[in-house]
Amino acid sequence: MHLFLIIPLAAAFMMAILARTGDCVRDIISGLAAISLAVFSVLTLMAANFFHSAVIVKSFAGFMPPAGTAFVVDGLSAFMLVTVNTVALFVVLYSAGYMNKYTDKWKFQSLFFLMISGINGVLVASDMFNLYVFLEIAAISAYFLVAFGTEAEELEASFKYAVMGTVASAFILLGIAFLYSHTSTLSLAGIAQAIAAAPSARIVQFVSVLFLMGFALKAALVPFHAWLAYAHSSAPAPISAMLSGVLIKVLGIYAIARIFFSVFGASAGICQILIALGVLSMIAGGVLAFGQSDIKRLFAYSTVSQIGYVALALGVATPLAFFGAVFHLFNHSIVKSLLFLNSGSIEQMFRTRDLSKISGVVAGAPVTGYTSIMGAMSISGVPPFGGFWSKLIIIFACLQAGHPVLAAIAVLVSVMTMAYYFAAMTPALFGAGINSFNAVKKVHGIMNVSVMALAVLALAAPLALLPEMRQRLIDGAVQALVNGSAYAATVLGAIK
Amino acid sequence: MVTYLLCLVLFSVGLYCVVRKRNIIKIIIGIGIMEYAINLFFILIGYRSNGRAPIFADDQAVVNMVDPLPQAMALTAIVISLAVTMMLVALAIRIYEKYGTFDITKINRLKG
Repeated sequence: MHLFLIIPLAAAFMMAILARTGDCVRDIISGLAAISLAVFSVLTLMAANFFHSAVIVKSFAGFMPPAGTAFVVDGLSAFMLVTVNTVALFVVLYSAGYMNKYTDKWKFQSLFFLMISGINGVLVASDMFNLYVFLEIAAISAYFLVAFGTEAEELEASFKYAVMGTVASAFILLGIAFLYSHTSTLSLAGIAQAIAAAPSARIVQFVSVLFLMGFALKAALVPFHAWLAYAHSSAPAPISAMLSGVLIKVLGIYAIARIFFSVFGASAGICQILIALGVLSMIAGGVLAFGQSDIKRLFAYSTVSQIGYVALALGVATPLAFFGAVFHLFNHSIVKSLLFLNSGSIEQMFRTRDLSKISGVVAGAPVTGYTSIMGAMSISGVPPFGGFWSKLIIIFACLQAGHPVLAAIAVLVSVMTMAYYFAAMTPALFGAGINSFNAVKKVHGIMNVSVMALAVLALAAPLALLPEMRQRLIDGAVQALVNGSAYAATVLGAIK
Repeated sequence: MVTYLLCLVLFSVGLYCVVRKRNIIKIIIGIGIMEYAINLFFILIGYRSNGRAPIFADDQAVVNMVDPLPQAMALTAIVISLAVTMMLVALAIRIYEKYGTFDITKINRLKG
């Protein structure tokens, strides 16, 4: 399990050491690192689901939690590890071709792997402070990566993202300080036990608010979403794919789920706040996406809207809703990274992100065109793609839990998503005017391979609904969320 | 008790500075103040009145020591905030080269 940190950290520093060698060597090393991470994450998921609802604990230097720190993987973190490292693998493949237009490619690769190690660290951390440190590693490398092009817009986006992200981290750190002064422990299991012993302490509510502010800002839930459209539309395409695909989900949604469901014990109040934030994000993200002429900004606002679905499903908090949340999170990771990667190819072809100047992508670059169509169909909920099923499950879960209004809003936003995607993408993909296509550069072969693989995954995602696959892949994560209050007992029990 | 409250007041001063100031250097200073307040808060949490330094040795009994864990956390937080501040200042320099101003309201080429 240590490998989830060792591999990306080693890769990151190897990139710096090998800075002077050719790009080819570093591309191969980064590809190998990404492949091994993806393989290990799948093995970990299999191991976590094989020992039913069990957790895997690795401690350091013989000190066991709650006194010592350890790495803990349960069903939820194993599932997230698979999502993160799968997306990372394809992004690494894609950037091997795409990043050639920038100078200093090794800096990109080094920062990229630092970000992966931060994200993986958040997923395996079992105490508050390690969670914070890894979160900062991921966030700081993300600030740098957003500014990678060092153009005026990118610097501005990076500065605004960095200021907001740092304020969020400050709130989280203040929350950790209050929590430590109350419980005298940092381990998540220890905190969970201390809070379960004295549940109505007012300080817990105060800390909940601090954490919710911090993590909702990291997850870009409305009204904390302002930075997302800047940062995600200015970053280089592979980084937008990582930020939208996994970073906000791990730093925001996963952290919220872990802290509020496993540690604090989900109270009705928190669930209502999550529902409110989710519905606000769904609607506001959808409305803001209308009429965007910048292709990446359209995708960025659509991310706000789709993250709203996940937050809503977490707030509804029935087993079916958790299943929908986890499945939608996976689908959105795959599809949104696919779309952002394609936006990079399109930007490379037309040298613009303005949708009104882009036309005839399908005719000129069939792979980019058709995979974009598949991505847009999946995200706007067209059967048989994964996005359709996950939205359907969330809508059914809302109905089942007795929230018909929420279900209606979810249906409405889904229709809205389809409307803005097709209004924006149809002219760009099928339009006849091929005037600007003279300047088209060929898309690198490996970039096509990467997006095709992601498109196949998006199409194959519904297979995870089959009972056999579902049990192997997703049930562990759902169990971890449903039995959140059992987290402390399981972790501490797994040690003995 | 007053010390803790003053510490939170300091945090609020930093937050006010981040939210209200237009000069990006002042915003960075505000972030510095916020992080300083949190580090101070960590040290205050660990403090025990008349406590001694938490050094463990054979001839020392483990009584009446200040809590060493918040000190370790404060150290780590200082290192992280150093990295963040350094990056923000570097960005500020590059932004000044591109925009010719430190005024955040004039740095608005991104719209929407």
